[in-house]
Amino acid sequence: MQNVATMAQREISAFFLSPIAYAVNAIFLFAAGLAFALGSFTQGGEASMRGLFDFWIVLILVFVLPMLTMRLMSEELRSGTIETLMTAPISETEVVLGKFLGTLVFFLVQLAALLLYPILMAIYGDLDFGLLVCHWIGLLLLGSLYIAVGLFFSTLTKHQVIAVLGSFALLALMTFASHALALQTEGWVKVVLQQLSIRTHFEDFVRGTLDLNHVVFFVTTTALFLFITVKMLETRRWQ
Amino acid sequence: MIHVKNLCKSYGAIRAVDDISFDVERGGVVGILGPNGAGKTTTIRILTCYHPATSGSASIGGFDVFKNSIEVRRHIGYLPENTPLYHEARVREYLNFRGKLRGMTYPERVDAIKRVADRCWLSSFVDRPIGQLSKGMRQRVGLADAIMHDPDVLILDEPTIGLDPNQIRETRNLIKELGDRHTVLLSSHILHEVEQTCSRTIIIAMGKIVASGSPEELRAKLGAQGKVIAEIKGEQADVEKGVAGISGVRGVEAHAEDGWVRLTVNPQDGTDVREDIFRLVNDKGWSLREIRHDGGSLEDFFVKVTAEQLGQRAG
Repeated sequence: MQNVATMAQREISAFFLSPIAYAVNAIFLFAAGLAFALGSFTQGGEASMRGLFDFWIVLILVFVLPMLTMRLMSEELRSGTIETLMTAPISETEVVLGKFLGTLVFFLVQLAALLLYPILMAIYGDLDFGLLVCHWIGLLLLGSLYIAVGLFFSTLTKHQVIAVLGSFALLALMTFASHALALQTEGWVKVVLQQLSIRTHFEDFVRGTLDLNHVVFFVTTTALFLFITVKMLETRRWQ
Repeated sequence: MIHVKNLCKSYGAIRAVDDISFDVERGGVVGILGPNGAGKTTTIRILTCYHPATSGSASIGGFDVFKNSIEVRRHIGYLPENTPLYHEARVREYLNFRGKLRGMTYPERVDAIKRVADRCWLSSFVDRPIGQLSKGMRQRVGLADAIMHDPDVLILDEPTIGLDPNQIRETRNLIKELGDRHTVLLSSHILHEVEQTCSRTIIIAMGKIVASGSPEELRAKLGAQGKVIAEIKGEQADVEKGVAGISGVRGVEAHAEDGWVRLTVNPQDGTDVREDIFRLVNDKGWSLREIRHDGGSLEDFFVKVTAEQLGQRAG
């Protein structure tokens, strides 16, 4: 457990020392700010973040989070620091969990800046706090899953560009493509596609329903990706 | 301290390490010497638990590298080839992180960082980002990391590669000093380095051990390879014939060099022909400007054994 904290701390400090993280953060805040100003923060509109959360934040995160996660393992593989890391007394599971949690903390710092929006809402309108809490829980779960997927792709290759493109592709597929396809299909295919779609599961959080079914989906999918990441990392030893 | 038994490692059809066995006792510096691609790094990566072996076993301090990997990793300090480091971190931050991974407490880390920074001549650079340091200084950071938790066994892969001559000398001296406290295993393809720093050498080629022993033992194995070098002024044919006539001389090679004849004399085992050569020069009235015994370097031995190994493979 101590090692997980040590690893997470290193990743957080690496984020704050890296110019890429600041650039990504700037893009994130700009895009989210734009979507909020145009979509949610309108006169006579609903005093909630639904306009931002319904679609835009999901789209933004599909692009922003892989840019944060791409260097997590790829950089270690490229520079060879994986060798010093994996010959120190730390297990693969601890490395993966540490990197995941470190990124999650950095993501939460990013999100904290978005708290400005509900404050603005509360000043000009009547804010629904229950809905707000529900949104943030959803966002945390969504972010965790995206980080786990990004970390997985980063473990596959020493090229950050391949890692980021792979994560984009899979996240876009899981978030939007399956959602769009589900609308076109009928019967059990529709049900399967809907269950696989991240957006379907996220929608209820946006509406303000906290359904255990969706929480379980996010938690188990995140755990699955972390698990295969650990296995990938263990396999590297044998190559 | 280190036991390696029948170790093999294959990458597909390629046998990188082929049935290697050796033991290293506590203390001293042991060198693994071999040409590039001989299997040095692979052997080291198995010992440091980075790669598993295909077959055979290895243990460090009584812990098996495969079954007790985490325990082994606690007891070793490892400097990989090319010293990979986190370039965005500062030296102190990096060492602090590494210390934490080894389970050192905060006061232990503070002490250790101060101690290894002094030891590796890094004191004035501890607050600099690693990316700004020169190659030589980064090498020292890697070495500082390897020794900061005072490990029983230090494993260094090509520790002086890419350094300038002064840094090479400093690093070699440091390694020798470290040999007093730790068991050091280092790999190198530079004979001179191993000859200078190691109390024992294991020579490997094509994944097999071809010889091992102290530099003196290896030199003794050279046996008749000792030579006498002499430079004499006189008619080349006369000089060559005269020296070849001395009893105890097996063969003479001669070539002219700015008016002098340079001779390489192969004596029979155990005979010293230097005095006889001097007498001959005196009798004939020639001049002599150099005469010395050349004990035969490890280099000759190395070239010989590795060539034999390659020849066997080809045959």
